[in-house]
Amino acid sequence: MTNSVPEFSEHTRCFLITGSNTTEAHPLIASHIMKAKDRGAKVIVVDPRKVQIARLADLYLQPRPGTDVAWLNGLMYVIVTEELADQEFIEKRTEGFEEMWRVVQGYPPERVEEITGIPAEDLRAAARMYAQNKPAAILYTMGITQHTTGVDNVKCIANLAMLTGNLGIPGGGVNPLRGQNNVQGACDMGGLPNVYPAYQPVNSPEAKAKFEAIWGVEGLSDKVGLTVVEMVHAAGEGHLRSLYVMGENPLLSDPDIGHARESLEKLDFLVVQDIFLTETAELAHVVLPAATFAEKEGTFTATDRRIQRVRKAVDPPGQAKADWEILCLLARRLGAAGFDFASPEEIMAEIARVAPSYGGVTYERLDREGLLRWPVPSADHPGTPYLHKEKFTRGLGRFFAVEFQEPAELPDEEYPFILTTGRIIFQYHTGTMSRRSPKLEQEAPEPYVEMHPDDAARIGLDGAQRVRVVSRRGEIEVAVRLTERIRPGVVFIPFHYAEAAANVLTHAALDPVAKIPELKVCAVWVERVVKDEE
Amino acid sequence: MDYRNILTVCPYCGTGCGLYIQVLDGAIVGVLPAKEHPISQGKLCIKGWNATAFVRHPDRLTTPLIREGDGFREASWDEALSLVAERLLHIRDTWGPDALGFLVSARCTNEENYLAQKLARAVFKTNNVDHCARL
Repeated sequence: MTNSVPEFSEHTRCFLITGSNTTEAHPLIASHIMKAKDRGAKVIVVDPRKVQIARLADLYLQPRPGTDVAWLNGLMYVIVTEELADQEFIEKRTEGFEEMWRVVQGYPPERVEEITGIPAEDLRAAARMYAQNKPAAILYTMGITQHTTGVDNVKCIANLAMLTGNLGIPGGGVNPLRGQNNVQGACDMGGLPNVYPAYQPVNSPEAKAKFEAIWGVEGLSDKVGLTVVEMVHAAGEGHLRSLYVMGENPLLSDPDIGHARESLEKLDFLVVQDIFLTETAELAHVVLPAATFAEKEGTFTATDRRIQRVRKAVDPPGQAKADWEILCLLARRLGAAGFDFASPEEIMAEIARVAPSYGGVTYERLDREGLLRWPVPSADHPGTPYLHKEKFTRGLGRFFAVEFQEPAELPDEEYPFILTTGRIIFQYHTGTMSRRSPKLEQEAPEPYVEMHPDDAARIGLDGAQRVRVVSRRGEIEVAVRLTERIRPGVVFIPFHYAEAAANVLTHAALDPVAKIPELKVCAVWVERVVKDEE
Repeated sequence: MDYRNILTVCPYCGTGCGLYIQVLDGAIVGVLPAKEHPISQGKLCIKGWNATAFVRHPDRLTTPLIREGDGFREASWDEALSLVAERLLHIRDTWGPDALGFLVSARCTNEENYLAQKLARAVFKTNNVDHCARL
């Protein structure tokens, strides 16, 4: 996030929320939006499902899934033609406006309506509301990013924020709400194939030299590595022979998991370090028992770059050990130097040396100050609530010209529905933790598909309780829930449930830059399950 | 009787709400919201209130396991780690560093993610390091 959560309740005057089921997936961020709403802030929600937060929206727009570039360009068309853009910001802080405008002028609201289904007048109203209530914050999650055009979507969001001067100010910004307790930190720490900690590129000679010196090794690879989905594919092709998995469950979270399973089964050696025997661990050659968050010391970095202390409450059960201890033991076994850490605090001291944005982070400061938001480059730096004040990292902010492209797989006669996936409030990701929490599981024990009643009538469900959902990759059987909150022609399945995994159906088509799979759009057909078949 | 409240961070979504784990004589007995926390401000969602419910679940892995046929047998740390080290080195020496992949974790701490990518990069010389950020 460019900005921080407390700014939402304190400063933001307009929220543009898209592809985020905020009240279910980030309930306590939603509470800051509600507080802002109470003092008169405007809320615009753009989502193919009329999710709960849309109920408090001043404007709700329901696009066809996968058409985000079109409606975002359409908002900018209205803002420019109605002279609502922030000319001063564009002139002083950005470049590339003209190229961007050459593309965006091809997206008048009437054309956008044809592509997205959003009524032209609603789009105009949304553009005016967003541009005229500053500071305005854009909030999004995987509904924007899990597309073959995920990077394009995010570029358009950044364009929109720059066009209205909503970057570098409190309460504004481009704010991806991240879905996992420490997904921000895992990225910050270099848990990515292209960067060392703090986003220092692996193919930069300076970064390579720096890490060789600090780690006391030679010959670090300057070749960008593979992403998760590419690793699974490489395993299937026989290029990847071994996978070491620490606390992840790709066999439920990856797209097209039938193919993922076949691929992982080909590995010569699979190690899984986890707290439970996950779907992925069941395939492993060696399983190592790890500690939960309640059984170890450390830090997590929340979605708004907020570094906080995790503290040990109890010992792990049996012989289970914290992941950091396991890694140190394994490194020693491998004869590797540089892993002689007696505590996570010592590891943080090394992180502060290698990662400039964490340079001023110590446990002593975290214990005293409660939290630190990166960049916090030195011991006397207070941390950074919002980014891009006065200047972008690259100097001027760059507008990108982005044309709309259709998703990789569109509905057709054979597979007439668009399937989109997501989370529900009671469960979490692959369910490893939440499904073993009795009160959560009791609230939502069963997978289902959400469908519009008009669609149910059209395919003759005729009161059937269970349906089969079929894609080109596979099929699952689930309960059906009829609801008018979903766009006709679209069905939704939460992806938490191994017994009817939505990702059996999803498509592994990737964004060409970010390599993120298009989990939010694929084509399916739905049919009733006849009782005597069961 | 030893009762303590341990201030920590919720293990679920990326909001990072503050909560206290209530510990009585070494056992978790509940969760309390942290009133002073700037984001959660004394509130938690239903997952936060149940943040520790899975911690003592009987399915927890409590010992290293090594595959034997279709199942697993229990092993010591010594045996399991020796096997992992030996197999990883063998694969690296036979097929090269990029035949190895490492998935780090959006669930684990910063310190653990740092060490895992350091292991992949500094010891095995591969950048095949990723996690479920895109999933």
